[in-house]
Amino acid sequence: MTPRAKHLSLFGMMALLLIMVGTLQSWNVALTILNLCLISAIMTLGVNIQWGYAGLFNAGVMGFTALGGLAAIVISVPPVPEAWQAGGSRTMLGLCFGGISIGIAVVTWLKTANWGKKRYWLTGAVVIAGYAVMRVTVDPGIAAIEAVEPAKTGFLGGFGLPILFSWLVGGAFAAGAAWVVGKIALGLRSDYLAIATLGISEIIIYFLKNEDWLTRGVKNVNGLPRPVPYEIDLQGAVWVQTWAERLGIPVIEASSIIVKLSYAALFLSVLLVVFWLSETALKSPWGRMMRAIRDNEIAASAMGKDITWRHLQVFVLGSAVVGIAGAMLTTLDGQFTPASYQPLRFTFLIWVMVIVGGSGNNLGSVIGGFVIWFFWIEAEPIGLALMDLITAGMDPDSALRHHLMENAAHMRLMTMGLVLLLALRFAPQGLIPEGKR
Amino acid sequence: MSNFAIVPGLAYGSQLALGALGVTLVYGVLRFSNFAHGEIMSFGAMATILVTWALQARGINLGPLPTALLALPVGIAITIGLCLVTDRLVYRYYRQAKTQPVTYLIVSVGLMFLLGGLIRFIIGPNDQVFNDGTRFILKAGAFKAMTGLDQGLAIKTSQSITVVTAVIIVCVLFWFLNKTRAGKSMRAYSDNEDLALLSGINPERVVMVTWIITGALACIAGTLYGLDKSYKPFTFLQLLLPIFASAIVGGIGNPFGAIAGGFVIAFSELFVTFAYKKVLAYLLPSGFAPDGLVQLLSTDYKFSVSFMILVIVLLIKPTGLFSGRTL
Repeated sequence: MTPRAKHLSLFGMMALLLIMVGTLQSWNVALTILNLCLISAIMTLGVNIQWGYAGLFNAGVMGFTALGGLAAIVISVPPVPEAWQAGGSRTMLGLCFGGISIGIAVVTWLKTANWGKKRYWLTGAVVIAGYAVMRVTVDPGIAAIEAVEPAKTGFLGGFGLPILFSWLVGGAFAAGAAWVVGKIALGLRSDYLAIATLGISEIIIYFLKNEDWLTRGVKNVNGLPRPVPYEIDLQGAVWVQTWAERLGIPVIEASSIIVKLSYAALFLSVLLVVFWLSETALKSPWGRMMRAIRDNEIAASAMGKDITWRHLQVFVLGSAVVGIAGAMLTTLDGQFTPASYQPLRFTFLIWVMVIVGGSGNNLGSVIGGFVIWFFWIEAEPIGLALMDLITAGMDPDSALRHHLMENAAHMRLMTMGLVLLLALRFAPQGLIPEGKR
Repeated sequence: MSNFAIVPGLAYGSQLALGALGVTLVYGVLRFSNFAHGEIMSFGAMATILVTWALQARGINLGPLPTALLALPVGIAITIGLCLVTDRLVYRYYRQAKTQPVTYLIVSVGLMFLLGGLIRFIIGPNDQVFNDGTRFILKAGAFKAMTGLDQGLAIKTSQSITVVTAVIIVCVLFWFLNKTRAGKSMRAYSDNEDLALLSGINPERVVMVTWIITGALACIAGTLYGLDKSYKPFTFLQLLLPIFASAIVGGIGNPFGAIAGGFVIAFSELFVTFAYKKVLAYLLPSGFAPDGLVQLLSTDYKFSVSFMILVIVLLIKPTGLFSGRTL
């Protein structure tokens, strides 16, 4: 089978699976899965840029996703003028102080290179003093903001711009964070990068959970504006009603299908753009250089390539793509819930997608995102059905049967682990291997 | 002060140190960062809990001490079994193929998923309390009566058990590494693989011994953590970060460093998030006592402290505080 035929058959099978869900369960479910498949595929592309092109293990995908989500609320939510009045200027001033003190600390650090031990103490003192000044300024401001109708707002709100704009900003947020992380951890060994990124992603989540003035924390931000029409408006439209009647489905279902289809169209266009850009980059001299660095760092640096800088570059690029996907995810959900970010779901699942799909191959990443997401969702009904089958002979009231049925949902974690281990062992190249160029 | 910082700090530090020792041993001998370590700890704790329940159901207990201590040896045996089975089925293939460390790392992520799912499948995702026996070894009121001080000091049984067990385990471990033949061959293997092979050390045996120790340490650490706080499957993924931080801060691959790192991380977490209000109220003249809690960082950021220390150490001394000598 030629590679092209194989790719076509893989994507064909994927489409078939989705159509099966559409006919067997419902088209609504199928489209929900499709939308998340598309987003997962974009995230996978981002991770593939880091891992497949450059061999960087980023265990902080969750953090960059969440930063994308933060962008969605900062951009789209209308501002809360009362909160701005109550403590906005004070908080901003404090944050400026914080920024300035970081700047002073960096300058101190750079200017005192030959001071010996004193260098550490001086920089430390600057950091502590700056932190104290920031806290003294910021704390009352934050308290004032959070006191403004805590049940409804209690945060600064955003800029009230169209939410589509936030996809780019999400990418920028993630890129900024990636730059800082990369600066710290990329010069070190690969394990350290993994642990450092794991850490930064946890911190980002803690930050989003606790800084209520910015994100409302665990109180969540609901009802984000949408880039697509609302179901309720569609149900009133005449063309929707006639269309639904012609297809013989209820108007309510038709409207939600239209909404999901328009999301799918938006996501698909982003996916195509990102995919096209990644492919072009991979085939360009830059892509060849990245692969050369990945395969033999020493030889590449002997050829005059700046390894650390190139790693930083590719790390920032990949994280930006993940950030875009994160903003899209929050847009789709219509709400921002910091507590929902779990490393298993947002970091390690994406890794399963990359590895199973085929690291280093963009098409592989896309199919990996689709297949793994599909089975992540469908593992639950399949697992339940399986458990039902296994326990069919048992007494319906038996404790064991009850326990098995109750915990069948956790089968999917196990399945994913097994899939990853089997893929690594027997098909380390993935579904669509990178291939020779 | 000692009530809310020093005593819990000692207990938490011991738990982290035991966890970090496992990570460090695996790193020293097998040369990869084991992301599944948190889940191994969780698995060990789960095994101990199940045995504890079985014992409790038969009415066996240790009086004032938690029954879990009686169940611990069985739990350790089960965890060691798990480690050996995973090594045989999963890691051995990659060891023989001499794969890169980062592949090992991804493999351990896969194992993390698998174990996480297995644990949730067996015991469910909810909180399990399995601590019985006396809760406090020293009650706050009793301490006040004993010393005549006006601030109470309470020591939980689980805390003192943690510290005592950790001290015993660490002593045994160092005796093993420095005095026995197997321990010496482990150190030699970790120091220089080729040289160790030349002197006739069987690598498979070294790896097996490493997994046995790691399994035992992980099970003890997990059980102690579960006794002290409570057992919840997902907390162990969060514990992974402080554990890694402890191992790296101390110098990864160095057992002494792992212990020191554990206490550094535990105490800095507590001191940074400690509410200094009362302390300041004592130190400052009356009337100057601050209104707020005077925390350096709010308690929610506890886990981020370990990360910050990690970053500082990575920036200033990437090899860790006690580098130079591995194992």
